[in-house]
Amino acid sequence: MPPVSRVMVRTALIHLALGSTIGGLLLAEKGLGLFPWLWLLRPSHTHLLLVGWTVQLAFGVAVWIMPRLDAAGNRGNIGLVWLCYGALNGGVALAALHPPLAALLGGLPQWPLAAAGLLYLIAAVAAVAHIWRRVRPFGAAARDVQA
Amino acid sequence: MQRQAQYFIKTALVQLLAAMLLGALLLIGQGLQIGGLGALLPVYYHLLMLGWATQLIGGVALWMFPVLSRERPRGDERLGWFAYGALNSGLLLRAVAEPANAAAPRSVWGVLLALAALLQTLAIWALVLALWPRVKGRPAPQRRQEGS
Repeated sequence: MPPVSRVMVRTALIHLALGSTIGGLLLAEKGLGLFPWLWLLRPSHTHLLLVGWTVQLAFGVAVWIMPRLDAAGNRGNIGLVWLCYGALNGGVALAALHPPLAALLGGLPQWPLAAAGLLYLIAAVAAVAHIWRRVRPFGAAARDVQA
Repeated sequence: MQRQAQYFIKTALVQLLAAMLLGALLLIGQGLQIGGLGALLPVYYHLLMLGWATQLIGGVALWMFPVLSRERPRGDERLGWFAYGALNSGLLLRAVAEPANAAAPRSVWGVLLALAALLQTLAIWALVLALWPRVKGRPAPQRRQEGS
């Protein structure tokens, strides 16, 4: 597993643990009704698990496991993967922290949420730009060399 | 594929069927304007995202992630079994307790819902702990052999 995939998969696991812990607190609150303010964290739960866990894990594993570009094992432009990593996690952090911080501080401007959306878009474009050329049959690189 | 991964993946497939059945019921209820099914919506989401997607990912990762060592290729497998048991018992309990709690709030169902929450959270932490050490590069000697 290349270093960038290790970083992405481990960050995805951290998001899974955080998002699930928040989800567990929300479900327990639904049953016991002790801390209604916890519902402020519901958007954080969604962003952490849908984007921080599922999307990031899928992409981290794809970078590791998809066919290489040549027989030397070249995975293509890894800079794009790092760009995706930074943008995706920056977006998750902004989207997950905004609702509780806004409630805690008595209001925040909305531009961090717009920035999170833009960062998600940048992450998706970088991910697709990296992975597109690697969607090819396994062994294609070896066959290219033989040809 | 080891037995543990088979259990994860087959149970994920069963959860997918259960989620789709519930999703169909919710849509039929919406189409025919049958009330009272709304409390099942979060159960549907979590059967799909936790019971299906996360459990399938966990099973495939336990199977395919790099092995730890020749002696203990998958590390402490008890973590994986604990995650499997807690995740599925937590989801099952939730599937019963969440709509029951909506119908009778602040009853014993609320306590069971909190127990379901605890089981699901512990399951995820166990899965993360089982997978964490296996997120690693290829062992150096093997890399040298392949490079030669």
